[in-house]
Amino acid sequence: MSDGSSTAMRRDLCFKILAKHISDQIIVPVYQAAQEWHGVAPDHALTYYSIGAMGQASSCALGLALARPDKRVVVLDGDGSLLMNLGTLVTIANQKPANLLHFVCQNGEYEANGGHPIPGRDQVDFAAMARAAGYVRADTIATLEDFDAKMAGFLAEAGPVFIALKLVAGPPPSQDYAFIHGAPTRAAFKAALNRH
Amino acid sequence: MSGDPITGPAILDQIAASGIAFIVSVPDITTSAGLLWPIAQDKRFRLIRVCKEDEGVSICAAMSTAEKRALLLIQYTGLLDSINALRSAGCEYKMPVCVMAGLLAKEPGVPPTQSKSFGIRIVEPILDAMQIPHALMEDAGDERHIRPAIDAAYARSYPTALLVGRQM
Repeated sequence: MSDGSSTAMRRDLCFKILAKHISDQIIVPVYQAAQEWHGVAPDHALTYYSIGAMGQASSCALGLALARPDKRVVVLDGDGSLLMNLGTLVTIANQKPANLLHFVCQNGEYEANGGHPIPGRDQVDFAAMARAAGYVRADTIATLEDFDAKMAGFLAEAGPVFIALKLVAGPPPSQDYAFIHGAPTRAAFKAALNRH
Repeated sequence: MSGDPITGPAILDQIAASGIAFIVSVPDITTSAGLLWPIAQDKRFRLIRVCKEDEGVSICAAMSTAEKRALLLIQYTGLLDSINALRSAGCEYKMPVCVMAGLLAKEPGVPPTQSKSFGIRIVEPILDAMQIPHALMEDAGDERHIRPAIDAAYARSYPTALLVGRQM
């Protein structure tokens, strides 16, 4: 920004920056982040939509990272989702997948379920949790400029790396459950993955 | 009647013959000495210790998309705790998840549905409701069920459950 102020860090803007940097990485988005990512990058065939069982995105990503160590795996987790599966931080850190990059979209609420606050929304420090669990690096980012400047480095860095994104609300993403919620979408991902 | 007990080495040989490369596990005393401790030393497998069983469901399902076979080795209580993950990834999204679950304290020779344990009695009916095939491994020779079950899970792209009926 020319006046030196920062741009509000909305999830859709973050994902547009991410989309500029990716090519053949596997993206694992969860729930509203999945809807948002589908809107931003509908043609990214290596998207493993993690919905249906809340909290499981990072576990899915770990499975992919271990099975395909040649591919970078990027998780677009939610804060409510991560709270449902905090043990995943320890499991991932113990396995040390160098190809795993774990973002958590921290908006402080259960966005898909009425906007209720997550427990501890004003004091929880996800990056500190990830650091304590044993991630190689864990940080929090709160400005879009910082996110943009560091994205290339995140994608190149040996992990597991954890980045909490302190978000402000943006426009609600369009909803395409018919696409995201079906078995054919998983089969299409599998076919795409095995072409790469 | 209870026959000669199934053995850990017999099970592990069939798991390996099924092409399983990854074992994902939360420990269970039913299979601890006979399976999990040996697996930890067995070069045929990579052991992934998870904190909670539903993590393992997701890991196994995701690995299948990369054409890698995995087995989730847990206790039946963990299976019950993971029903939603199994319902979602396995049944609705049609991904193969192979579960080997110890039936803690099941009476040898007694069918699971007739156990004195409420938790054990409900396992097979729940699997039936989810249309997940299951096999009981308790006596010598029961290991013959392992490879066909795992091959079928991956061919059909749907979960399967192998229930260990006695402590080993």
